This record gives sequence, structure tokens and C-alpha cells, in this order.
Amino acid sequence: MSHPYRTPLSRARGNGAAGHGAGHWIAERVGSIALVPLILWVVYAALQLAPMSRDGAIVWLGQPLNALLMILTFVVSIWHMHDGLRVVIEDYLATIFVKSAALLANLFICVLAGGLAVISILKIALGAAL
Amino acid sequence: MTQASSGGRERPLSPHLQVWRWHVTMLTSILNRVTGVGLYGATLLAAAWAVTLAAGPQAYSLYMGLLGSIPGKAALFLVTVSLFYHLGNGVRHLVWDAGRGLDIKSANASSAAVIAFGLVAAVAVWIVAGLMGAL
Repeated sequence: MSHPYRTPLSRARGNGAAGHGAGHWIAERVGSIALVPLILWVVYAALQLAPMSRDGAIVWLGQPLNALLMILTFVVSIWHMHDGLRVVIEDYLATIFVKSAALLANLFICVLAGGLAVISILKIALGAAL
Repeated sequence: MTQASSGGRERPLSPHLQVWRWHVTMLTSILNRVTGVGLYGATLLAAAWAVTLAAGPQAYSLYMGLLGSIPGKAALFLVTVSLFYHLGNGVRHLVWDAGRGLDIKSANASSAAVIAFGLVAAVAVWIVAGLMGAL
């Protein structure tokens, strides 16, 4: 397979069909590893939060460690779920228009949900929601 | 399937899903994807929790009322099973990525293990939730 835009060096480096090698694959694994402790923590957090009143939940999120871990859990989870649904879309949607629209929707929904969650947690943690 | 026709080059096709006998590693692969898509929805619900908590008492009590209803609790239980299954199977994938556990015997055993882990961990968490008065 010859390619006019690929140098022999880029082929030797193993940059595959997508042109950017293993970076994306490694990033998926890094996110997955980070999620193992974060998900265990968030289950513990949900158990604490479930019986609380709204005021109790606000005080709980006012603790910096809780707010930080909650934000990290949202950011890494949403990054991970974006990557995951992206693969599902690429596997099942063949039409270029439908596929592109779905990929854009996936990205926009993830960025919007992540932004809303982080802003909400910051607002509570910085004492503006009481 | 890989035979080239006389004219253009025909691409190889993978066998259709229906010709496969179901086996447990196939089930765990499909479940990983199904639970992943389900958890996508669950994460959006969690983001809505943060938004309603910040929005005010009315929004929060309305939303917690929805989550605490019978259908809400049933959905949350399914989310818990999905979460622990996806967590267990994710760790299994990381072990595979490290080049271990790839033989058929190990893969079958770890299939059963991650399905059992998902169910048992979810039931355990809900029992703890009940004991803590969170239900």
C-alpha cells in the first residue's frame, strides 16, 4: 500500500490508517484506569447522598474533596462515554451524513452535560446555591 | 467469503450474527456495549442531579421524587448492575490489554466472574442502601 502523503518515517513509526498511531487507544486506557477508583468512590458518595436533604447535599458538596472528586468523576466519565459511543456510532452507522450528525450530537451532548455538571457543582461548592 | 469475483475486488464479509452459536464471551462483549450505552444515559441523569441541586429546592425535590419513585428506583437498580458489570468487564479488558487471560478457558471463567460480580455487587450496594435508610 503506497500512500503519497505518508513518509517512510511515519510508516516505520507505525502510524496506522487513521494517521495518528496509538495515542487515542492509550488515552482510552488512561481514562478507564482513572475511572476504577472514581466509580467506587461515587457509589460510596451516592449511598451517603441518597438519604440527605437538599441542604445536607449542599453542605456535603461544600467539602472541597467531595466537590473535586465529583467534578473529576463527571469529567472522566463523560470523556469515556464520548469515546465509547463514538465507536458504537462508527460501527453501526454507515451513511456519511447520518454518521457525521450522530458524531456531532454525541460530542455536543457530552460537552454540554459536562459543562452543566461542572458549573453546577462549582456553584454549590463555592456557596452560591444556598 | 473471501473469494474475489472476476471483476472488482470483493471485500471479505464477517459471518452474520445469526450463524453463531451463543457463547459466554460473546454475551459479555455484547453486554459491555449495552451497559455502556445505558450508563451514557445514567451519566446524563447524574448531570441533571447536579443541575437541579444547584437550581433550587423546587427543582431538586421534583427530581428526587422522580428518582425515588418505583420506576425511578427500578431504573437506578439497573444502572447499579450495569455500573458494576461495566466496571468488572473494564478491568477484564485492561488485563487483556496487558496480554493476560486471553486463552479460551480463562476468558470463559472471567466471563462468568464479571457477570456474577455485577449482580452481587449491585445487590450488596442496595442492601447497604436499605440498611442506611437511603431507600
